[in-house]
Amino acid sequence: MKCHHCDKQATVHLTQILNGQMHKMDLCESCAQAKGVTNPENLSISSLMDKVELEVDTSATSMVCESCGTTHQEFKKGGRLGCEACYHVFRPVLDPLLDGMHAGTKHLGKIPAGSESRIHFEQSINSLKKKLQDAVEKEDFEIAAELRDQLRDLENESKATA
Amino acid sequence: MFHKILNKESGNKKQPKAIPVTLSTRIRLARNLRQFPFPGRAEVSQKRAVLSQCIDAMSGIKGLNNSISVEVDDLSELDRQILVEQHLISPELSQVEEGSGIVLTEDRSCCIMINEEDHLRIQVLRPGLDFSSVWKHVDEVDSGIESAISYAYDGELGFLTACPTNLGTGMRASVMMHLPGLVMSKNMDKVINAVNQLGIAVRGLFGEGSDANGSIFQISNQQTLGESESAIIDRLNSTLESLVRQENFARDKLLQDDRTRLVDKMSRAIGSLKTCHLIQSSEAMDLLSLVRLATDFGMMPEKFRGLADRMFIEVQPGHVQLSAGKAIEPSHRDELRAELLRNHFVRAPLLDLSSHS
Repeated sequence: MKCHHCDKQATVHLTQILNGQMHKMDLCESCAQAKGVTNPENLSISSLMDKVELEVDTSATSMVCESCGTTHQEFKKGGRLGCEACYHVFRPVLDPLLDGMHAGTKHLGKIPAGSESRIHFEQSINSLKKKLQDAVEKEDFEIAAELRDQLRDLENESKATA
Repeated sequence: MFHKILNKESGNKKQPKAIPVTLSTRIRLARNLRQFPFPGRAEVSQKRAVLSQCIDAMSGIKGLNNSISVEVDDLSELDRQILVEQHLISPELSQVEEGSGIVLTEDRSCCIMINEEDHLRIQVLRPGLDFSSVWKHVDEVDSGIESAISYAYDGELGFLTACPTNLGTGMRASVMMHLPGLVMSKNMDKVINAVNQLGIAVRGLFGEGSDANGSIFQISNQQTLGESESAIIDRLNSTLESLVRQENFARDKLLQDDRTRLVDKMSRAIGSLKTCHLIQSSEAMDLLSLVRLATDFGMMPEKFRGLADRMFIEVQPGHVQLSAGKAIEPSHRDELRAELLRNHFVRAPLLDLSSHS
């Protein structure tokens, strides 16, 4: 088992219950020293983990879809999701359910041609816009001009086909 | 206008002939629009926006010729009940308050529910057993709508639906089956268990959790993800074929082992239908079921099979009131229902037992 912070062998194994959730962490000798793990009085596992990982770990009870407000509790109780974004938010708890519910976990049926190309178009526009913003922030105006042209071409193209 | 369509005896003049065991075929596709919460989570204003976008997208679509659209809250209580009894809308949709709609073709072969559990429930139904033409029709309507609006779709998970049990194809293919042989020989529970193992669901006549009246059951696929539409239909079809074989086997065995009792039952059913003066819908369903069975045995003229199928729907409480033209108390309904059945069966012949002696 490797240390959570470096690649050395982990020898200190921590378990902490936080808001009813169990968190585990494995650390090597030197990282444990550096983080003050040797003094259990001051220890909080959440301060040892990066925030993102903590969220993943507590996900089971605190998951909420920001787009429509559906909570994991509501989904568990009613079995219904609130919007398409829920499928991303609840994916970790959904996947094991789908496995038992269906013949497989990958869609093998009809592909909605129009919807898919429209989604693809939207994604390309959004990614170009983001790149453009980055380029402007970095004051890389040569690339920004190129991206702006690409964006304009793409938008004109869609207007022509619409 | 809408009322007129519901009241029509039979929309489709080229109605296929009624066949033994299989009453009708249906395919339903669940679809949602991108960028709107599913109906269960949507504000009335969002539901209204979905409703108008969907209705706009449906205008001029092939497969929806001669169709009309209506908002559910503009329909009377009775019209909603009629739609449920004709299996065109779900009991759930008939109860919604605001922002839901129905698009129905004049021949009643295609009915789209808007803002039920999902934004769209596109359904096509047809008498008899015919998945290929039903699929063709529903696929055409679906593609037509999709050319105008974007669906919530994920490359891996397929069509996104409010309930994960509909995810993927969003398709529920089903067949209404008449299985009196399996019911009378007390084999139905065994059959239900066996087909459940194959990912096929069996329900009563009016869907989720309803009792099976008249030995009529709805057989449908349970799984929607991980298989193509045609693979799902093929699997359902092979289960149906085996169900038909088992039903026929059970019927033959009943006739062999307990012939007099069975003939007595069917014969009395016709007698009751000719002479009743008060009858509840559940009893009527059971008598009609025996008429259909007798017709399948060749003991009644062929036309009684189609008549039984029509009456299965017309003896329902809403339809009795529809033909009376007004709301009626249950006790008086039983009288009107009996009158309807007497009129239709007054000239029904005695069972022809010549080929089964």
